[in-house]
Amino acid sequence: MSLERYQRIAAIGGVYSNHLALGAAVADARRRGVDAIFCQGDLGAFGPHPDKVFPILLDAGVQVMQGNYDNSIGEGLADCQCGYTDPRDNHFAKISYQYTFANTSDRWKAWMRELPQSIRIQLGRYAVLMSHGSPRKMNEFLWESTTPTHFLERVLREHQADVVLATHTGIHWKRELPEDRHFVNVGVIGRPENDGHRHVWYTILDARDGLRVEFIPLEYDYRSLAQEMEGEGLPQEFIDTVLTGWWTTCLEILPAKERKRGKF
Amino acid sequence: MTTTSSDAPRAELTALDDLWFQVAGTLCNLTCTHCFISCSPSNHAFELMELADVKRLLEESKALAVKEYYFTGGEPFLHPHMVEILEATLPIGPATVLTNATVMRPSQLKRLAAAESRSIYSLELRVSIDGYSPEMNDPIRGLGTFRRAMEGVKLLLDHGFLPIVTVAQTWKDGGDDEVFRRFVAMLQAEGYSRPRVKMIPTLRIGAEEKRSRGYSESERVTAEMMDGFDASQLICTHSRMATDRGIYVCPILIDSPEARLGSTLSESAGPYPLQHGACFTCYVGGAICSNFSSGGRDVS
Repeated sequence: MSLERYQRIAAIGGVYSNHLALGAAVADARRRGVDAIFCQGDLGAFGPHPDKVFPILLDAGVQVMQGNYDNSIGEGLADCQCGYTDPRDNHFAKISYQYTFANTSDRWKAWMRELPQSIRIQLGRYAVLMSHGSPRKMNEFLWESTTPTHFLERVLREHQADVVLATHTGIHWKRELPEDRHFVNVGVIGRPENDGHRHVWYTILDARDGLRVEFIPLEYDYRSLAQEMEGEGLPQEFIDTVLTGWWTTCLEILPAKERKRGKF
Repeated sequence: MTTTSSDAPRAELTALDDLWFQVAGTLCNLTCTHCFISCSPSNHAFELMELADVKRLLEESKALAVKEYYFTGGEPFLHPHMVEILEATLPIGPATVLTNATVMRPSQLKRLAAAESRSIYSLELRVSIDGYSPEMNDPIRGLGTFRRAMEGVKLLLDHGFLPIVTVAQTWKDGGDDEVFRRFVAMLQAEGYSRPRVKMIPTLRIGAEEKRSRGYSESERVTAEMMDGFDASQLICTHSRMATDRGIYVCPILIDSPEARLGSTLSESAGPYPLQHGACFTCYVGGAICSNFSSGGRDVS
């Protein structure tokens, strides 16, 4: 099978209904001269007006794959499949899921059902595999501090990829592996990274001279997003994250090192 | 309690993600009434693992793409080489220690904090406390253990760790959310401003069988129950337990001789029949032994 070939791409992780950041990311990536833009799923959740992200994706020709949230919303499942056990995390996850489900049109639910669960491309000399959580499991968390190098080497070998891209955790990181192989978590544009900064992150990969991975901090109109969230009656805890850059909910998923870097 | 059943469904090891070490054997300074392997100061069913054996398994684990390393007992900090073992683990992957937090020394935690800061990987300390008050905890874990464990939690906080307080659900059914809230409130009042709490079901084998009750014959995983079930929720589909007496199928069943699968990891990768009452708890509870950050059900 011959793959689509590119030299320079943008990879966008979880959108979480942040249509303002999505618009900013698409414009920013174009300005930086990419051949194509990819989105690795989790289009809804957390933010306001979930239907607003779909026209932006389609108008910009973004190639989209399915995340666990899209799988849940599309299939009409009971929850987001994040599997929280902390009652407080579950409380907020439920609010987010019910709001997103109720405010996503049937046509977009059907559209999300049909999205691919992975995307393969050729980027320069690199065979790239895009996944949501990991190539083997859509909702697997691959954190920097809990993902051994020998594990990644196996994953790339088994999936015949030189580069694997993932998202799902909400925090970007990368690791260079032997034999010019690479793992990259491209981050998310849905909410900031629990570091006290309000910007969000996406990633540009350029293979014109070896592989260059550039994490892009993206400014967007977070105040307007917060206002929209307030108007929709979304929890103040979510709005605080947008306004402060600190995660306030769903903290259970963080391993020790990543948790220590946050405030809560 | 075990019944062998030829028609018990078999669980395949799909990937060896979690490698457990029964590093302290069944030796513990406490004698908890709910311990599913009846650990105590005098239980020598399993002995401390040799440092060299642990290092050999760590080396073997790399080729098997192990994702996380867990250390338990008994009480791991009774092992004279526990710090060296964790110092050998952290350069290759994330480590989790399940402790009662009553015997760790500041000098050990200082070295562990340094080892974690040198590593890109996380070191998790899971502290077992089974009640939000001495009145709730001490009847299960022993007189004075609530206070001693909380002193251990504070020691961990002083050394920069964010321990996960692990609570076995020893109370009657229901009220979990309330217990969880009271735990969080207690830990905050004790100075742990952002507490991490994990609740796990009890396993009605070992001492716990006497404290509550054993499994009934109907509490078994059946072939019908596996229809459409996400088998990745079963710990035996992604874990093995290393002990001084060989490799066992999971961290729970080491008192069952038939759960010993071999002496090396590679010869212990075969399927295993879900024939035990404890398999039923694992089925119902789902991934009860792993840290949450290991991640969710299989939806792929």
